[in-house]
Amino acid sequence: MIYFNNVSKVYPNSVLSLEDINLSIGQGEFVSIVGHSGAGKTTLTKLILAEEKPTTGSVFYHSLDIHTLGHDAMINLRRRIGIVFQDFRLLPNKTAYENIAFAMEAVGKTDEEIASDVPHVLELVDLSNRVYHFPHQMSGGEKQRLAIARAIINQPELIIADEPTGNLDPVNTLEVIQILKKINDLGTTVILTTHNKDVINALGKRVITLEKGKIIKDEKGKHSPK
Amino acid sequence: MFWVSTKRIFRSGYINFKRNGIVSLASVLMMTITLCVLASLIFLQAALDFSLGQIKDNVDITVYFSTSASESKILSLKNTIEKLPEVAATEYIEREQSLALFKERHANDFLTLQALDELDDNPLGATLTIKAKDPSQYETISNLLDGESDLAKENASIIDRINYHQNKVVIDRLNGLVAGTERLGVAITIALALVSMLITFITIRLTIYIAREEISVMRLVGAANRYINGPFIVEGIICGVIAAALTMLIYWPVTYVLHDTLVGFLGIDLFDYFTSNLFQLFGLLLLTGVIMSSIASSIAVRRYLRK
Repeated sequence: MIYFNNVSKVYPNSVLSLEDINLSIGQGEFVSIVGHSGAGKTTLTKLILAEEKPTTGSVFYHSLDIHTLGHDAMINLRRRIGIVFQDFRLLPNKTAYENIAFAMEAVGKTDEEIASDVPHVLELVDLSNRVYHFPHQMSGGEKQRLAIARAIINQPELIIADEPTGNLDPVNTLEVIQILKKINDLGTTVILTTHNKDVINALGKRVITLEKGKIIKDEKGKHSPK
Repeated sequence: MFWVSTKRIFRSGYINFKRNGIVSLASVLMMTITLCVLASLIFLQAALDFSLGQIKDNVDITVYFSTSASESKILSLKNTIEKLPEVAATEYIEREQSLALFKERHANDFLTLQALDELDDNPLGATLTIKAKDPSQYETISNLLDGESDLAKENASIIDRINYHQNKVVIDRLNGLVAGTERLGVAITIALALVSMLITFITIRLTIYIAREEISVMRLVGAANRYINGPFIVEGIICGVIAAALTMLIYWPVTYVLHDTLVGFLGIDLFDYFTSNLFQLFGLLLLTGVIMSSIASSIAVRRYLRK
């Protein structure tokens, strides 16, 4: 589903972020990318979202070369990927309901679809009692669950979660990971980055270890699909 | 689909405007100040035009004809003058009329009237008052009647004197004043309009700078550009409309209170000007406010939509 072909990324201040990455991620996989801060995890996810261009090499999404896409094709691609960030990135002026409705409006869903799907997904992430709350009235765990709800509302093929547990306590961390696992069980591919190995040890899924921009380990987990 | 997304853009713009509270208030106030400056410039121009027009209107030159001048010759001169491109209007006063006016002016001056009665003939000649289209043209007209031109030579026998030279100093000064004031008015208008526009642009850019994170989130969720900047432009439009209405509300009492002062000082009734041009004025302010803020918004958002 996603292929990295000899990808290197050098930032303008000549900091080498990724070096010669070859990687393929299949449909329905749950892939964790671990490494210290600065190992290149975030750059890897930004390359998939076309927020950054590779210095050399190319990144494919199915048969699409992500970095040759035009503006409209780019928007289309983004609609097929759900994203969760460490810092939540919710729209501060919108309530929980409106944050999710916005993602649906953006892809052109009808008002009826929005009215029926939003309460459903809020229930899925256990936020039914926070429908009309603004992000600043919610706890970190609640915000992250809302961000996940937003990421999955349009049934994406892929969820990218970039350090989703970085700002959370152990209880909320566990909860977020459980939700991601549930999403993966339903067939969505999940890419999770984290610097906290404990988070993914319990999962038993594929783990890729990055160090100084290189893949140093790629372990298939015991529960990974073949 | 088009209507659904347009409806959503307007609704979300309205909701953002409401929820942004202080920030929206700040942009509305800045825009109101800009529009107030614009409105006062319009008033200033109106007052200037009015006063200058009045002063210009009071200037004319008068040709005094000799008592022996025949009426036909005077009328033919009058026709010639009226055809000059510089001349706006002429007024011919016959000898008898001159006398009647003179008597009327001196109605209380018994001695003068008695002296006048002693004379066999009417001592007053006919006069022709000429108004030029522009005060600067009086010199040309006067030279034409007084100097070496054919017209002057032809009519030298009937023209007694022309009062231009007595008025020359006043007319010259007035010309300078009119030209200077108009130039100054335009300069002040342009300078103030530019400054206040700049301030509005900066304010709106700042409000959108505050929202730059939001814009990046919207892009990542897969929203089309139109759907991202639409609500900001709607916010800008709302801001422009409110500011235009506020400006009108401010000027209503202001022109009313200043009414007496201004009528005494400049002779113009600004309150009357304000109320009789109410809709044009509001339309102009509305258009300026809406166009300025929506342009500023779309420029500011575009910065964050690139990539």
